[in-house]
Amino acid sequence: MYNFTYHRPATVRQAANLLAKNPEAKLLAGGHSLIPVMKLRLAQPSALIDLNQIDELAGVEVKGRSVVIGALTRHADVANSQVLQQVLPGLASVPGSIGDPQVRNRGTIGGSVANNDPNADYPAACLGLGATIVTNKRRIAADDFFTGMFSTALEENEIIVKVMFPIAKKAAYEKFKHPASGFALVGVFVAKRGSDIRVAVTGAGANGVFRVKSFEEALKKRFSPKSIEGMTIPATGMNSDIHASPEYRAHLVGVLARRALAKATARGDSDVPGAIAGM
Amino acid sequence: MPKVSMTVNGKPVTGDIEARTLLVQFLRENLRLTGTHVGCDTSQCGACVVHVNGVAMKSCTLLALQLEGANVLTIEGVAPSETQLHPMQEAFREHHALQCGYCTPGMIMSALDIVRRKGNELDDHTIREELDGNLCRCTGYHNIVKAIGAGAKAMAK
Ligand code: FES
Ligand code: FES
Repeated sequence: MYNFTYHRPATVRQAANLLAKNPEAKLLAGGHSLIPVMKLRLAQPSALIDLNQIDELAGVEVKGRSVVIGALTRHADVANSQVLQQVLPGLASVPGSIGDPQVRNRGTIGGSVANNDPNADYPAACLGLGATIVTNKRRIAADDFFTGMFSTALEENEIIVKVMFPIAKKAAYEKFKHPASGFALVGVFVAKRGSDIRVAVTGAGANGVFRVKSFEEALKKRFSPKSIEGMTIPATGMNSDIHASPEYRAHLVGVLARRALAKATARGDSDVPGAIAGM
Repeated sequence: MPKVSMTVNGKPVTGDIEARTLLVQFLRENLRLTGTHVGCDTSQCGACVVHVNGVAMKSCTLLALQLEGANVLTIEGVAPSETQLHPMQEAFREHHALQCGYCTPGMIMSALDIVRRKGNELDDHTIREELDGNLCRCTGYHNIVKAIGAGAKAMAK
């Protein structure tokens, strides 16, 4: 990897100042996406601004009707958070499927969200729960945040501080894991909070994470796998590579959405007790 | 060149290093602690696993400068003395859990982290799941799993 200058700010403000002074700099969180990309010389930042010493950025807490997760919270700490497992188990289950144990000990939610890898899990959870991404400057709704693969609404000098997830009564994530990389070949997050119903998909779309409006519409009557039985989405716009064709990915979206719905309804007060039909 | 100070296997160490120096390079090349291996350099194989402040991480994907002030434990630091093996190392020997031995330091550091997180009574399924981030090129997994189960038990004594 090319060399760079290294900075270790103690506060978000210091980090923002360093970022303003070094336009070619990159923020370093867990580093488990950035360092590999730098080794391949696909990224060549002039400076790295290491956020790992900023204590205010880590932690999971319930605030009112939301769960607030600090940007530097490691995947393992989110997965093991007792309070999260109680109030929003569908979200707590997401980081446990990322990478491997050592990667989860280091990787962070803020890094994952900022990177917006088209196969990453957290973007689906953010979009599926209608999360708010809080930066040092403003709040951005997940619907506006993810703007295409590896791109987000983040501006220069903007640092993710935390992510706020509304507590949904029913929520679950299902993922078809690539056996070697552990990334989502396709992952579907479903959630119901009052009349707000969301189905968010990662891994499948050629342009990153997206919502399936046709499924959401069909689920308005009843939040159950039955409501989208036999439904699928068009293969146009799906990713295609050696691992799966667009048609196969589109097919998986329906299958995984039904599995996630079965899990979510079994978890919350079920609309249809015991429903696991429509697989 | 930037300076870094940390504690490795209980001893304070310092080094003047390029910013891009990986932790595993610092351990192997500056400190000559060559027990920590590089199998892939792409965060997949786990040959480079060490403990940072008690938690297992892949040292090929950390910058040494990030470890300023940290406590690092490598395979060289786990045995209680020059003449005694750690119970987990002893279990690997007893169960013939290595062939070429290349993956072994990472396997043992990961095994200790499994015990930290999951306790001393480990079933085979748990061990296999938790070894997701460690590859053995000689594919001696069966004996590795046996050794970790036995080593975990022995550590409780
Ligand atoms: S060398 Fe670090 S995971 Fe393979
Ligand atoms: S014993 Fe040879 S790589 Fe594991």
